[in-house]
Amino acid sequence: MSSIPHDHVHGDGHAGHAPHPTGLMRWITTTNHKDIGTLYLLFSLFMFFVGGVLALTIRTELFHPGLQVVNPEFFNSLTTLHGLIMIFGAIMPAAVGFANWQIPMMIGAPDMAFARMNNWSFWLLPPAAIMLIGSFFVPGGAASGGWTLYPPLSVQGGMGFDLTIFAVHIMGASSIMGSINIITTILNMRAPGMTLMKMPMFVWTWLITAYLLIMVMPVLAGAVTMLLTDRHFGTTFFNAAGGGDPVLFQHVFWFFGHPEVYIMILPSFGIISEIIPAFARKPLFGYPSMVYAVASIAILSCLVWAHHMFTVGLPAAGLLFFMYVTMLIAVPTGVKVFNWLATMWRGSMTFETPMLFAVGFIFLFTIGGFTGLVVAIVPVDIQLQDTYYVVAHFHYVLVAGSLFAFFAGAYYWLPKWTGTMYDETLGKWHFWCAMITFNITFFPMHFLGLAGMPRRIPDYAQQFTDWNMVASIGAFGFGLSQLIFVWVVMKCIRGDGAKAPAKPWEGAHTLEWTLPSPAPYHSFETPPVVK
Amino acid sequence: MSAAAPGATPSYYVPQPSHWPITGSVALLLMGSGAAFWFNQYPAGPWMVAIGFAFLLVMFFGWFGAVIGESEGRLYSKRVDTSFRWSMSWFIYSEVMFFAAFFGALFYVRNISVPDLGDIVGNGIWPNYAAQWPTEGPYLTAPFTPISAIGIPLINTLLLLSSGVTLTIAHHALKAGRRQALKLWLFLTIVLGFTFLGFQAYEYMHLYHAYNLKMTTGVYGSTFYMLTGFHGFHVFVGATMLTVMLFRVFKGHFDADHHFAFEAAAWYWHFVDVVWLLLFVLVYWMV
Ligand code: HEM
Ligand SMILES: [Cu+2]
Repeated sequence: MSSIPHDHVHGDGHAGHAPHPTGLMRWITTTNHKDIGTLYLLFSLFMFFVGGVLALTIRTELFHPGLQVVNPEFFNSLTTLHGLIMIFGAIMPAAVGFANWQIPMMIGAPDMAFARMNNWSFWLLPPAAIMLIGSFFVPGGAASGGWTLYPPLSVQGGMGFDLTIFAVHIMGASSIMGSINIITTILNMRAPGMTLMKMPMFVWTWLITAYLLIMVMPVLAGAVTMLLTDRHFGTTFFNAAGGGDPVLFQHVFWFFGHPEVYIMILPSFGIISEIIPAFARKPLFGYPSMVYAVASIAILSCLVWAHHMFTVGLPAAGLLFFMYVTMLIAVPTGVKVFNWLATMWRGSMTFETPMLFAVGFIFLFTIGGFTGLVVAIVPVDIQLQDTYYVVAHFHYVLVAGSLFAFFAGAYYWLPKWTGTMYDETLGKWHFWCAMITFNITFFPMHFLGLAGMPRRIPDYAQQFTDWNMVASIGAFGFGLSQLIFVWVVMKCIRGDGAKAPAKPWEGAHTLEWTLPSPAPYHSFETPPVVK
Repeated sequence: MSAAAPGATPSYYVPQPSHWPITGSVALLLMGSGAAFWFNQYPAGPWMVAIGFAFLLVMFFGWFGAVIGESEGRLYSKRVDTSFRWSMSWFIYSEVMFFAAFFGALFYVRNISVPDLGDIVGNGIWPNYAAQWPTEGPYLTAPFTPISAIGIPLINTLLLLSSGVTLTIAHHALKAGRRQALKLWLFLTIVLGFTFLGFQAYEYMHLYHAYNLKMTTGVYGSTFYMLTGFHGFHVFVGATMLTVMLFRVFKGHFDADHHFAFEAAAWYWHFVDVVWLLLFVLVYWMV
């Protein structure tokens, strides 16, 4: 059969096959990596706004000292669900959405290795989201011990915790299946000639991310399973009365949790490593060292979990070990930042929106990395643990890090996905609004944390008022800026803009740009040969 | 896309749209939220779990049925076979990590939390706590008898180890085309597997009633039942997989170089075997 005519691409299926379902059923039953990628990305965008509403409620309450908008229990649910929804509902699905769209195109494959399982990986997310969001409406309210679900709070809480636990199980199953699919696709479906060391960096970072996911998601499942049995079946894993220990949960959780933060940043590293060379019009500086850096980050990230537990009373040897290994991670991270800068060095750079977000990413992520180093120092962290300084740290790496990279990637690939160029003016507005309001929101949190303001508390002492007001104003600005992004995406989907050529970025060299825009329904029917 | 088989390419297979995944999602939504209702004493809970489970069974039959049909229709190329091998290996790795969480918990309570409770820290609150493994903890005081490795656990070890051997013999018979031997040895493997489960069920009952060793018996009971319980569940899943393979053998499926489903089930079975050996040493023996 001949290849599919390109104008059919976004039609209801393709010629020569049994009729494909149309309308809603197309999206529910689809086995196409592009459809599924789109679903992941739209789901992520939706959850980003759900999580955003929770965040803005938090910031409203914190605008003033005292309690004014919500009661303390509900406030705790807000911080908990904000964290869970942003991590499991927004950031991770977005990364998988990019993987779905890009990996087959970048390695020259027609689709993912397991197309049906791919569909299930996505369609497990809405049930989990229903359970998470629905938990707000059950007696006792949503889970409220923080996204880290520490016992004893998580053992004592109400039904919301059970819904959260099962949602975590389901999302874990989704991640594991998605990762097995991605690893298999990368290892087994590359076009002839594409050796591992010729793979685009984005593909490399996802290979390692998927490995990390398969390694740690089952551990999280184990941790919440022990919570569940402690809650309902009388086990005492986390209860000293029976010989257990709440700190045990923290160990198991952070054995998952720290690799998890790299799971959220590595795909972003990959996106940035595609964009910087394209707009600097130079090949990526030090490709092999980039690969080794990602691999060593992945290995080290399994040996640092207790840096989240410096104040629980670990033995001194443990504190020292985890402090030094944590600092070691800064070395490969530094290698990556160095290589991005060296790629730009004497390049002929232009600053379209993807590049703006990429440069913003490098700038702000590096700040977040440095504050990570600060809290990695045990004596300093004993002061800063559970303060707003930590909140500032992880929002610099997660929002200005992961999220900005996803924005960069979205602008970079939207022309390929939709066949329409995005609106450059709006894109630039989006970048500058996001960049400025992000810093207004989160930079003051460093000061608040250093001054001793605790996180996850609905009320605070008078002297913290000014910076909290600034942060709240910034947060609303940041939230509103994202509407520009929605507008840009809508315009592209509706075809309102210039028609995108096959390769809108002259400096881009990966395989997806050899396909027409929008990309055909099945990427490479016959594998391209890579020289 | 070859002209002959829609959806099949010389080296890739891209299946048609499918409604099995969404069936599974509905199933898990019902089971997950149903369990939450159930554990919080809502009468609707068990019903939701039951209906969800029915959906799940339908999905398993439908989905695996479709895959078996495609496989027997020879729609899968060598490359697809390799994909299956990779994916099964990674799946088993994820299972390894799942058990690692519970073995880690066992390590922690035995070497850190229980000794700590017998130390100055705990002794301030519970001065007379001996902190000896096995323990029900400093506060719970329901006398129990720990289980010994000799007896049912040892028998079960022998059962599982020999089931590994019989399964390997079955595999060799499959590769040599000796179908009768294949059926016999595979059947024997399954019998050994379910006998193991029978013994374990008997052991659990005995422990609950005669030894007073329960899930609520402090960290000893918690870790014991969590580890052996999940292992037993995996034995059940593995034995079910092997049973499906036996049915397929009777239907004439598989030949010398086209039987990955059989191999995958065998890999899984050996994995379950290895976990048992760890359990036998760490949970039963080193009390
Ligand atoms: C140079 C690299 C990094 C270092 C040295 C580092 C170090 C740390 C340390 C020591 C903490 C614990 C602080 C405390 O609770 O007192 C922490 C918290 C955190 N980090 Fe990082 N980090 C780094 C990069 C990242 C990245 C890349 C991400 C995610 C994309 C990330 C996400 C987080 C999160 C979410 C938390 C807070 C978890 C919580 O308690 O809720 N970090 N980091
Ligand atoms: Cu960490």
